[in-house]
Amino acid sequence: MNELAPLARASPAPATPAPAPALPPPRGPGLRLPFRLAWRQLRHEPARLAAALSGVVFATLLIFMQIGFMNALFDSAVLVQNSLRADLFLMHRTTEALWRSTSFPRARLAQALALPEVERVVPLYVANVPWKNPETGLNRTLLLFGVDPTAKLLGFHGLDEAAWQAITRPDTILFDERGKPEFGPIRSLLAQGPFFGELNRKRVEVVGTFGLGATFSSESNAIASEATFWRIAAGRNPSQVDVGAIVLKPGADVVAAKRALQALLPDDVMVFTRPELAQFERDYWANVAPIGFIFGLGVAIGLVVGCVIVYQILFSDISRHLGEYATLKAMGYTNGYLARVVMSAALILAVLGFMPGLVLSLGLYEIATAQIFIPLHMTIPRAAFVFALIFVMCVVSGLIAIRKLRDADPADMFR
Amino acid sequence: MNAVEIRGLSHRYGSGPTALTVLHDLDLTIPSGEVVLLTGPSGSGKTTLLTLIGALRAVQTGSCRVLGTELANADERTRVALRRRIGFIFQHHNLLGFLTARENVAMALELDPDLDEAERLARAEAMLRAVGLADKVDAYPAVLSGGQRQRVAIARALVHEPGLILADEPTAALDSKTGHETMVLLQRLAKERGRTVFIVTHDPRIHDIADRIVAMEDGRLVEPAPH
Repeated sequence: MNELAPLARASPAPATPAPAPALPPPRGPGLRLPFRLAWRQLRHEPARLAAALSGVVFATLLIFMQIGFMNALFDSAVLVQNSLRADLFLMHRTTEALWRSTSFPRARLAQALALPEVERVVPLYVANVPWKNPETGLNRTLLLFGVDPTAKLLGFHGLDEAAWQAITRPDTILFDERGKPEFGPIRSLLAQGPFFGELNRKRVEVVGTFGLGATFSSESNAIASEATFWRIAAGRNPSQVDVGAIVLKPGADVVAAKRALQALLPDDVMVFTRPELAQFERDYWANVAPIGFIFGLGVAIGLVVGCVIVYQILFSDISRHLGEYATLKAMGYTNGYLARVVMSAALILAVLGFMPGLVLSLGLYEIATAQIFIPLHMTIPRAAFVFALIFVMCVVSGLIAIRKLRDADPADMFR
Repeated sequence: MNAVEIRGLSHRYGSGPTALTVLHDLDLTIPSGEVVLLTGPSGSGKTTLLTLIGALRAVQTGSCRVLGTELANADERTRVALRRRIGFIFQHHNLLGFLTARENVAMALELDPDLDEAERLARAEAMLRAVGLADKVDAYPAVLSGGQRQRVAIARALVHEPGLILADEPTAALDSKTGHETMVLLQRLAKERGRTVFIVTHDPRIHDIADRIVAMEDGRLVEPAPH
């Protein structure tokens, strides 16, 4: 250090002796003050705040709808699996999905009966067969289930005792009233009295309805007794079943029974619990149909749009106030402090935009469920997941916008 | 005690053959409590000197000691810490448009973790009263006149009791009467509180507030006789 001779000039009352050279390191104030600064900045221009929020609301809405529809489709894909009233299920090793199952020997079910936990076994047969629209005469393929009516294996909507009783008569079927309208006005035809149709060019009487609806694999569905099924699905061998449903004795350990069955049965069949069966079907559709991809793309677009809007707002807030930010830096505010201001703004936008987005989505879910028969359910995990996405979206926007802070050079304030 | 001690300070922009040396081997001492004006033509290096003293630019050659802190080879952390002990007044007021006058002034105190909100606001209000804006504490900058804004900026530069106040053309955006009044106010407040003030200005009408006037030409100091 240079030795300095202080200028011997009259300096009136130097009341502030300069503090000691040892400087305390700049202590960062917590998060509260940057947060408050961000909020004051946002609320000062309500119109800009509204514009930013509308972007977040839009992204929230878009993501909720995409995820809602995607899950509704997946749910519909496993509607059948979720309606089966049994504990364990057998399917052939090469079966990929219910509608295109490979059948396996019925003997496997008899073998399963050897397990003491097993109470009873129910074979389920499925076939894709053409139904002739009674009004237009056009053929359309539906999925026909063949099952013992007394087993009550299927738990579809509207399947009551009377319906099961009705199809114990030969050549009768129950028809899916929620199927596509192209199959004909089944319900009104049925209301007019006994009603006969043509299934796989065999004459059958429709004696009742149930509600399942179109899924990925079928546009409509029908149920018949085993005997009727074999007559309609010509060429199907009664000794070859598609799904073997196993009902365990009350109190039996499902997982242990599954393991016992796997050990007991030959390798040509797979054993599933009911959740596993549904997951198996879901996985098939997730892989075969690009559903996840399509809706994932929708979610990504929502996020990108939201990101761009939030980034634009944050970036222009920084750009327009570059002088003020530089001033704050000159005053001793650190880059970190100002970055916290920007991130606080991002988080405020995330929270304030998500709330109305959630409310609007709930409304749209209601409408979708009531008006277009696609059941959309708002769940807490889903809301939490979407909030996490929106949160990350705003954080990313903030992180990109923060780079602009570097342009706020306090030395530029002096020119 | 000197607020600023500069020895052999040189500064240049760029490197190699295109480098432009703007400060040549400067020596300058500003004793505590003085009001010093720096004048000189554009491009003479005044602003560069101001940014070096204000710890806004890294010192390249020589020694620059401000409020006891040596800025040669000082890291960003040291410079930020020093800046908190300096009050800055800019050519434009640079107040935050979304904060009231009081909140703007309190911003200079928010970096002090030992103060609570009530204390910050009370001190900010007292400072605004001192600059004659007692009735404008809750006004936003947009509704203030140019002179009032610059007075808020002065309050902000003084409220945290800085050892040194640096001002860059503080009257440039004001008419001559307001400019002079504002600078007289700054000088009075600084003298009352024993603050050191260093003002870069073109404005000859405010020379009367200075204890000393330093002139600069082509990156070299010329120290004229006291005013």
